[in-house]
Amino acid sequence: MEAIFILWLRQLKRYLRSRSRIIGALGQPLLFMVALGFGFGPIFARAGGGNYLQFLVPGIISQSVLFTSLFAGIEVIWDRQFGFLKETLVAPVSRLNIIIGKTLGGATIALLQGIIVFLLSLLIGFRPANILMLPLAFIFVFLIALLFTALGTAIASMIEDMHGFQLIMNFLVMPLFFLSGALFPLNGLPPLFGLITRLDPLTYGVDSLRGSLIGASHFGLITDLVVLSILSGIVLITGSFLFSKIEV
Amino acid sequence: MAKQDLIIKVNELTKRYNGFVAVDNISFTVKKGEVFAFLGPNGAGKSTTLKMLTTLLRPTAGEIQINGFDPVDQQDEVRRSFGIVFQDPSLDDELTAYENMDFHGVLYHLPSSLRRKRIEELLRIVELWDRKNYLVKTFSGGMKRRLEIARGLLHHPKIFFLDEPTLGLDPQTRNQIWDYIKSLNKKENITIFFTTHYLEEAERVAQRIAVIDHGRIIAEGTSQSLKVATQASSLEEAFLKLTGHAIREEEATPVDQMRMRRRMFHR
Repeated sequence: MEAIFILWLRQLKRYLRSRSRIIGALGQPLLFMVALGFGFGPIFARAGGGNYLQFLVPGIISQSVLFTSLFAGIEVIWDRQFGFLKETLVAPVSRLNIIIGKTLGGATIALLQGIIVFLLSLLIGFRPANILMLPLAFIFVFLIALLFTALGTAIASMIEDMHGFQLIMNFLVMPLFFLSGALFPLNGLPPLFGLITRLDPLTYGVDSLRGSLIGASHFGLITDLVVLSILSGIVLITGSFLFSKIEV
Repeated sequence: MAKQDLIIKVNELTKRYNGFVAVDNISFTVKKGEVFAFLGPNGAGKSTTLKMLTTLLRPTAGEIQINGFDPVDQQDEVRRSFGIVFQDPSLDDELTAYENMDFHGVLYHLPSSLRRKRIEELLRIVELWDRKNYLVKTFSGGMKRRLEIARGLLHHPKIFFLDEPTLGLDPQTRNQIWDYIKSLNKKENITIFFTTHYLEEAERVAQRIAVIDHGRIIAEGTSQSLKVATQASSLEEAFLKLTGHAIREEEATPVDQMRMRRRMFHR
């Protein structure tokens, strides 16, 4: 238990100490919210979609949580090559506890990042539909964070160096984001494309935040909760298994 | 010599990676309280052997006993028995010296009062107590090494493994570090097992030396006995007679390339 806590604490301390990283990671969501939110706003309203900024913000929160958590998971590669992982691997602590501590740490960081983006969105005019739903929204943010930290760790356990990194960025992170409905509504899509969006786990994350923040969920919050929980469970178990096989 | 005085026992140990034999059927023992050196050129199998002794790699064949425990089946018992300083720095640069020590203490289940006491003790010994609240990324190479040594000793291990502990350090720091290690060996009777390719280090510090090359132990004994056996006047000459003059071309693995890039980054 104590080992899990200290691993979690380490991630948190590293995050809080890297102010440039926090601020740097906020630039992109802010740009997306301002440029897309205000840029597409008028045409979205004319098409009868309502306020685009309201629609967009849950998507952008999901995006920043996706980026932060996946990279927190992938950091295992760095730890692995540059020694620190060895320090934990030769300690009398089970691999399962190590991965639990690291995953909770990464997910907590991503949750904090999501909260900051949420606060930022308030500044540029976003208004949640129901304040009482906010705690639920943050639970969903944490669930999304957990899922993608675990996914990042699983990937990091399989690849040896950072060469595959660009590949992950272009063929995993970007598609996860752009195909998730973070930027567009899910109704009325061409059938094949609609199917693809339904295969993207982040779609359910975005939808859950839209449900809890602006009261407009496509699948319903229960469906989102079930899908995200089951996926998190599967990825966590797979990730733990792959991590337990790491040899350095 | 009674059997229980052997703290490391290795019998016919082999490690193969898809066809390549990194460690080829080696056997050796280390006595309790001994200073033992593993000497060999690059790529000889030193680090691979060390990884198997320290539960990081599973052997392909053969048996190991560390402090009476088997690294394959009794990992936690083995892990509690040794401390280690890795070849590459394994500190968290973004944490302070104290936090790095504390992290280690928690992972090794030391109660917090004992942890505080020992951390202070050890940081004072390696002369880093007044820097305890500095981030490790502000430390020089020598300071990092000293901190790693202090950290490796925090849980009072019976065996201390050091993988090329003085690589890349200046002579002053090297001397200082060996002084710590030797006094530790004398005072606490800790068994020291280190790998090196610095001959004079092996000669000066180790009571017994095993020369390893191409995954095999090709000679073993005191520095004196190695010289006599090869009719050499210096250990260097003995070493070259044993391992030949060919320069070892190690293929740069992706890991080495990353390490190089990181070193350039951090200079």
